[in-house]
Amino acid sequence: MNARVALLIATLVVVAFAALAFGPVSLDARELWRVLTGGAEPVSRAIVLDVRAPRVALGLLVGAALGMSGSVLQGALRNALAEPYLLGVSGGAAVGAVLAVSLGMNDPTVLSLAAFVGGLAAVVLVMGIARAAGMRADPRVLLMAGVVVGAFANAAIMVLLATVPAEAAKGALWWMMGSLGSAQWKDVARLAVVLAVAGPALLHWARDLDALALGHDAAASLGVAPEAASRRLFFTASLLAAATVAAAGLVGFVGLLVPHVARALVGTRHRVVLAVSAVAGSTLVVGADLAARTTRAPAELPLGAVTAVVGVPFFLSLLRRMR
Amino acid sequence: MIAWSDVSVRYPGASTPALTGVSFAVGKGAITAVVGPNGSGKSTLVRALLRRVGLQSGRVLIDGGDVNALSQRDLARRVAVVVQREEPAFPMRAGEYVALGRAPHAGAWGVDEGASDAIARAISLAGIESLLDRHTDELSGGEWQRLRLARAIAQEAEAIVLDEPTTFLDIAHEMSAFELLADLARRGRAVLAVSHQLNLVSRFADRVVLLHRGVVVADGAPDEVMRASVLESVYEWPLVVSRDPAVGAPTLVPLRRNVSHRS
Repeated sequence: MNARVALLIATLVVVAFAALAFGPVSLDARELWRVLTGGAEPVSRAIVLDVRAPRVALGLLVGAALGMSGSVLQGALRNALAEPYLLGVSGGAAVGAVLAVSLGMNDPTVLSLAAFVGGLAAVVLVMGIARAAGMRADPRVLLMAGVVVGAFANAAIMVLLATVPAEAAKGALWWMMGSLGSAQWKDVARLAVVLAVAGPALLHWARDLDALALGHDAAASLGVAPEAASRRLFFTASLLAAATVAAAGLVGFVGLLVPHVARALVGTRHRVVLAVSAVAGSTLVVGADLAARTTRAPAELPLGAVTAVVGVPFFLSLLRRMR
Repeated sequence: MIAWSDVSVRYPGASTPALTGVSFAVGKGAITAVVGPNGSGKSTLVRALLRRVGLQSGRVLIDGGDVNALSQRDLARRVAVVVQREEPAFPMRAGEYVALGRAPHAGAWGVDEGASDAIARAISLAGIESLLDRHTDELSGGEWQRLRLARAIAQEAEAIVLDEPTTFLDIAHEMSAFELLADLARRGRAVLAVSHQLNLVSRFADRVVLLHRGVVVADGAPDEVMRASVLESVYEWPLVVSRDPAVGAPTLVPLRRNVSHRS
């Protein structure tokens, strides 16, 4: 294994254990070990196993899903700026959630479901617009349609937020900034199911992505039907992103940054890039969440803001090193 | 082995058809060249083979069977195509790029037992050993073309189709590319080269198909097609065709307008 990949995996393990150990109440390594092996005080056990473990597990899955989704979209759209939220997923999901809030439905499960449906509806709309334009798998048209749907969604959100009570609007805004704060095992289970289906499917189609990254004619010459493969990949990547939005709100920057990190580490073969993107995404989200809840404990910073704060300098240094 | 049978294509919104009733076949063990001015429909022929354009009429056949009856993967196993335009979205190592030629042969999880031998043969045939560790964005235009040729050879298909294979190549690399195509033809492959290099084509091709405004205007041995009267009207430029004393092939020399030439 590539030494840098081994280092990345080691970093993920360290960050995940640190996320279990640190918080408003911090445990030392010995106490954490006792909790994980069935010993320790009930309070420590409750903090780690009931509060932090689902949060860390959800962070691992959200990061893996966003990282893979971003790598797929950058490869298939042949665009280094593509990311899951650009195809309208975030806008659609936010409209779904804000709509639910404005209708007085504040139950987290309903909110998640509304976000998921909104995100998928936006993707279907984007693909429908591209189809109506007669270029249903043209990367440029899909990107433009995504931007247009995103802009429309933003307008809809502003209108909706202006009409709801201030307290509800605050809840909706917090959700739009991303958070793992309300993570429960049932959220982990739901996202795990989506990832268990979409993840292997994307790895299976990784070879198609390698070919698509050369352009559609070249992909066809390598045995890939470009339009069908692109649609399959867009939809599956968007499904993953919509599921993360439903679980943790909008966690920006991960889907954009992580694919660049993965390619810098292991080159361009997508089967490897996707796997490394999952690990790098998990590391970034769990690490950012740890920072979000420890920097100003007991207050929490919005996760999406922390991923951006961590991501921007990292992205700039990556750009500098890019040939 | 590959046959275009009465193929007509019109792109959406275009006022004139790109191809009209084009019929010709490419046989194994020979180089067939398609020549013609810019916009004459040469690349559309290649795209029709790859099923990248819809046909208004006619069929493209491989060993008598319609290409539409094949999966895209089966098509890629039968015919390796180097398309005219291609650029990796993200720079990749040259070795990784050549390995992409094995994509049509890989099993569900990327297993392809013949891959390393095929890739090694392709690298050796195309003479690109020195490029393997470089990235695609570090290569010159000529090196990139040779890499693309190697990728197509690694595909180990019975037929190889190249859309302008010698663009960006200097004389030595141009010659060695055509020598390589001749070698592949001698080994029994069907070779189709779309090219603007009429003089190279006349030396290497067994058969030349001349396209003009989407119609086949001449089809035969280089001697039959490379006639000044035909080429002048197609290219709309004055030229002479002589027989090169050194190599014996017809040689085309475009003339300057409004300048008297020694006869």
